[in-house]
Parts: sequence; C-alpha cells; structure tokens
Amino acid sequence: MSKYHLDYLEQLESEAIHIFREVAGQFERPALLFSGGKDSITLVHLALKAFRPGKFPFPLVHIDTGHNFPEVLEFRDQLAEQIGEKLIVRKVEDTIKEKGLREPKGKLPSRNALQTFTLLDTIEEFEFDCCIGGGRRDEEKARAKERIFSVRDDFGQWDPKLQRPELWNTYNGKIHKGEQVRAFPISNWTELDVWNYILKENIQLPSIYFSHEREVLNFDNQFIAMNEFVNLDENDVVTKEKVRYRTVGDMTCTAAVLSEATNLEQVIAEIITTKTSERGETRIDDRTSEAAMEDRKKAGYF
Amino acid sequence: MDILRFITAGSVDDGKSTLIGRLLYDSKNILIDQLEAVERASKFKNDGELDLALLTDGLRAEREQGITIDVAYKYFSTPKRKFIIADAPGHVQYTRNMITGASNSDLIIILIDARNGIIEQTKRHSIIASLLNIPNVVVAINKLDLVNYSEDIFNNIKNDYSKMAEQLSLNNVVYIPISALDGDNIVDKSENLNWYDGKTLLDYLESVELENNINLDKARFPVQYVIRPQTEELHDYRGYAGKISSGIYKVGDSVTILPSGTESKISSIEINQQKVEEAFAPQSVILHLEDDVDISRGDLIVKSDDLPKIEQELEVLVCWMGDKPLKSSSKYLIQNNTTQVKVVIKEIDYKLDVNTLEKQEVEQVSLNEIVKLKLKTAKPLAYDSYKDLASNGGIIFIDESSFVTVGAGLIQ
Repeated sequence: MSKYHLDYLEQLESEAIHIFREVAGQFERPALLFSGGKDSITLVHLALKAFRPGKFPFPLVHIDTGHNFPEVLEFRDQLAEQIGEKLIVRKVEDTIKEKGLREPKGKLPSRNALQTFTLLDTIEEFEFDCCIGGGRRDEEKARAKERIFSVRDDFGQWDPKLQRPELWNTYNGKIHKGEQVRAFPISNWTELDVWNYILKENIQLPSIYFSHEREVLNFDNQFIAMNEFVNLDENDVVTKEKVRYRTVGDMTCTAAVLSEATNLEQVIAEIITTKTSERGETRIDDRTSEAAMEDRKKAGYF
Repeated sequence: MDILRFITAGSVDDGKSTLIGRLLYDSKNILIDQLEAVERASKFKNDGELDLALLTDGLRAEREQGITIDVAYKYFSTPKRKFIIADAPGHVQYTRNMITGASNSDLIIILIDARNGIIEQTKRHSIIASLLNIPNVVVAINKLDLVNYSEDIFNNIKNDYSKMAEQLSLNNVVYIPISALDGDNIVDKSENLNWYDGKTLLDYLESVELENNINLDKARFPVQYVIRPQTEELHDYRGYAGKISSGIYKVGDSVTILPSGTESKISSIEINQQKVEEAFAPQSVILHLEDDVDISRGDLIVKSDDLPKIEQELEVLVCWMGDKPLKSSSKYLIQNNTTQVKVVIKEIDYKLDVNTLEKQEVEQVSLNEIVKLKLKTAKPLAYDSYKDLASNGGIIFIDESSFVTVGAGLIQ
C-alpha cells in the first residue's frame, strides 16, 4: 500500500472535518446540537480537530427534555467546561409551561416529540441558520434519505421530495432568512464506525455506555431504567440487571441492553455479534408507526 | 480496509431496491428487527412474499407508490471491504437524485431487465456514468428467471451494450447474469445459470481494484475557512483550513494563490495541531504560508509548478436539474469546491439526444436534459477540466432567487 493512503476511519474523519468547515465557512450563526450521547461527543471531538487552535465558531446547544440521565448531564457540563466552549441549554419543561403544552401520559411518558417545539424556539431565539447534528444514515430508513446539508423551511420542516441535489463534496448552504440547514458530518458513519473511532481516538464517554447494575422495568422485552417518570402497574416486574446503553436519549424512551461489557473493546465485540440494530433494540419511539421518524423530521425534529 | 462507494441505476421496476435488499440479506447484513419490519410490511403486499425492496424505500410516499423517489444510502461490510451504496431512483423525473448518488461513486451497477433489453433509461444512466467518469461499470442483466435463464438473451444484451459502452468510452465494464428476486449470482453462485463462469456480484464488488480515484500529481487546496485564534499567545496565528482535493503538499513548496496569482511558500502544515512535513489528498489540514498574504474562503492554493486554467469563458457539459428551464443569457451562481461566482449563459451549443447520442440544436433546456453550454463568469475562475481532474472540474449551478441547486456541470 502506498504511503499516501488513508484507511476508512481516516477517510471518514477527513470528510467530517470538511463538513464542519463548510458549515463554518458558509453560515453566519451555526450551532452544534449536543446531547452528551456518543455521536455528539464524537462530533465535539471532530470539531476540535477542525478548528483548534481556534475557538469553535458555534456554541454547543442542548435541548434538555428533563428526562435525561443525570450521568449524561454531568458529563455534558464537564466536557463543555474542559474544552472551554459555550454551552446553551434550553428546557422542554419551560416550553411546556410557556405554551401550555400537554404533558405526555401513559406508562412511559416520553417528551421526545415535545423537543421539536423547544428546538425550533431556540433556533428562533438565537437566529441559528445551521444546526449541526450527529444523525447517521444507517440509523433509520428516513435518515438514510437525508442529505449532508439538509434544508428546512421557516417552520423547520423537512420535505423529502424537495431535497437539493448534492454533488461531489460541494455543499450548497445558500438559504433565505428564516430557513435553516441541518448539517450531518457523520452521515456516512455506521454505529460500528463510531465505536471503532472512539476506541482509536480514546474518546471519553458517560459511564452508562458501559455495563453497570441498574433497576429496570421489563417492558415488551426492552429494559427501561427505573426512574421517577415511569408509571408502574401492578403487573410490572422490576429487576436488577447488568446493562449498558447503545444510544442515549430520554430515560423514558431509550432501552438498555443486557451486557457484561465494561470497556470499549468488549462493547465493540458485542456490537459485532449483535443481531439487532441500534434503534430497533433501544428506541421505543420509532415503533409507534412505520414512518415515525419521517413524520417527526417533517415537523422539524432531527 | 478500504471503502467502495457504488450506485445502482436502471429504470423503474428493473429491480434495484430488490437487488440491494438481496445483497444485504444474502450477505447477512440485515438485522433481525429490520427484517421483521420488512416481513410485517410485506404481509400487506405481494401475498406475504418477502419484499426486500421495502428495506430501502424508506419514505411513506415511496412505500405507497412502490417506487424510489430519493437516494437512500445503505452501509454494509464484509471481511474484505466496507460498502456505501447509493440506492438511486430509476424514474426519469428523479434523474437529478440519481446524479446526486452517482457523483461520489467508484462504481455503478446498471440493471437491465432481460425481457426488455436496453431502454432509454439504460442509455441515460450510461451517459451519466460516462460523463461523470465513473471508473467501473457492472451491467447486471436481471430477471433471467423470467426468460428461462437463457444464455442467448444474456449474450444479445451484452453485445448491444458493448457497442454503446464503446461509443461512450465507458471504463472497465463487466456483465453478470442475475435474478435479484431469487438471489441468483448475487452472493451465491447460481445453478440455474451454470453456463456463466464469472464472478458473482458480491465477489466482484469485493475484489474490483479501486483505481486510485484520488489524483496525487496535481496539487489543489480550496480554502474553506481561515483560523485566527487572536489570543495573546497565538496573536499572529493565521491558518488556512481545508481539505486537499488532490496532490501532495510539503513544507517549503512554492505555491500560488488563485485567482489573485500571489506567490508564497508553505511554512508549515498542521493536522490536529500536530506539525507534519507533508500532507496529501483527501486529508483535512491547516496550511501556513511564509508571507502575510490576503487569503480567504474560496481561494485556491496550488503548487506553482502546475497551475490550473484561470479563465472567464468556460465550456461546460450540464445535466440540468431545475424545474424552470435554462435559457440563453440567463444568470446563475456556480460553485466550484468553495468558490462561488456569478455566470451568464452565453450560448447553448447543443442538446444530447439520449437515444441516438446525436447533438441537437435547442433554444432552452428542460429538466433532466444534457447540454453543452458556453458561459462567462463575473470573475476569473481557477479550474481544471473535469476529464483531467474531476475534483476541480465539477461545478453546481445555483438559482439566484430560490437558491436551489439546478444543475451539475462538468467543465470541458
């Protein structure tokens, strides 16, 4: 092999850095959506590579549903402080009060859908013209259709039939006032690529990604962490299990997987042999209908 | 491990989505929950037969109509290679989305329905493959189960296609007889097609040599962003951030900044805050120059011993993607890597008839037509011809009022 050759992770990394710099070069007020999950932590790591020794040309923005894992919030704050970048947090709780929104009900009341309201308000408040996100095309069939620069109208809506052609590595970020772009630097990464990159780059993650003991509710063969938001019935069985998380979302809609993996190598070994996709195994919100993600995206969700 | 990026092309109902579903299914790259979802959805269609096309048609409207509207990207890997598939629509109406997927592909699979042979969409997609210089072409002749696995039919189509491939100067063309529906010659060798002794599709995809599509001779560096920390200790730091689109840069190289023509030397190269002696395409780096020159986004830093052309009059082959027709003397923005410049269309030379490949005179250009244009840019543009250096010869056309991308141009 010639010495002028990049292996696949280096290729993906360079592509992602290029996308970050296109956002910085083309937009006035971008933002990096940062939840403290592994994908957005990877984004922060890539942004450091793209812009250091300079500052990030955007703040980190977290839309906090109020149902987050405390370990993740703590990690989020620490990371922002450690790298010395600005973190903006906006709370779904506040939007619910302000707009008189209906709190979700049921056994597992997820505020996932309500996030969209807070996100769009935050975009308006700071006049963000581009939001960078950690969406990957391998996650879900509607995401598989997403462009790297995905244009949203003044209402934040995605129209899958009217996506701009995207040629070569040339990204057209021209928009009218009020419109926004969602940019996805790790579009072409798979779950396994992200884990391999985290291992290669020795990126730190919140503890919930590794095996730990936790009280969980067995719900339709998915394990939901016990927390103050879960409404138990008489028949519910709560047990203590050794679990870890593959993705980090709300406590109420993200399921844990049974696992003994306490380090990155073991996590990767488990993922290679798993028979279930990341979202299929862990996201309850995608199951509501055949086009759940597409419908949320059309409304302005990521 | 390396990455092969490929696209599937062909007309509606030629079986592209089924082929991809089969490739993923037979190579065991489908996970249980995804398969269960397809099984559930299949129950409402096709008398419960597993419909593998449902794996890729992810939009509501696509499933309703049973067609692919936009490119879906799929990922799978085998021990030999990683694959990124662009599953592109076949419908003429969505040709622009097919071009989107094709522009980044190392290989194109052109599907032909054995019952129909070469049709207009086959030609259109082959022309696009040729214009975009896609280095490898697989002609997958599909649905052989519906023509009694006939070797004659396969050979006839192969002969017809070879003539066209020659006319279009397509590179590295191979022909594989398949049935995507039944999985013949996709991953496993087919007993029904025992007269064929070549590779299965997956074998071929795993072993095709990826001719280095990255040019390491001509050094081109489009500036994306200028990094200036402006802190006390980094007061004079001024780094030009970008991705090397071709070539190799070394510390000490003499460089020219275009379009201004200013000359300087590379004083240092950084990757992730580490100084390196040299860097090459497609690495994302920061360059520093010896002199304090005026450089901003859109400038091109090239090595002084091999300059691109710098002109205002261009000849461009264009695949028109706009709903509004393109007319002579109208104005657009074009974007070449990080440079944007206004242009005016001086002349429409001809339109390419996708059936006969003849050149026709036209007044205006409609959606999905392929034409040759002459245009004038508002400022000199530093470019290479697409044939010589694709990474610096491809441009997009942007509508000045809607900002939509309306054309893909290949500078001649």
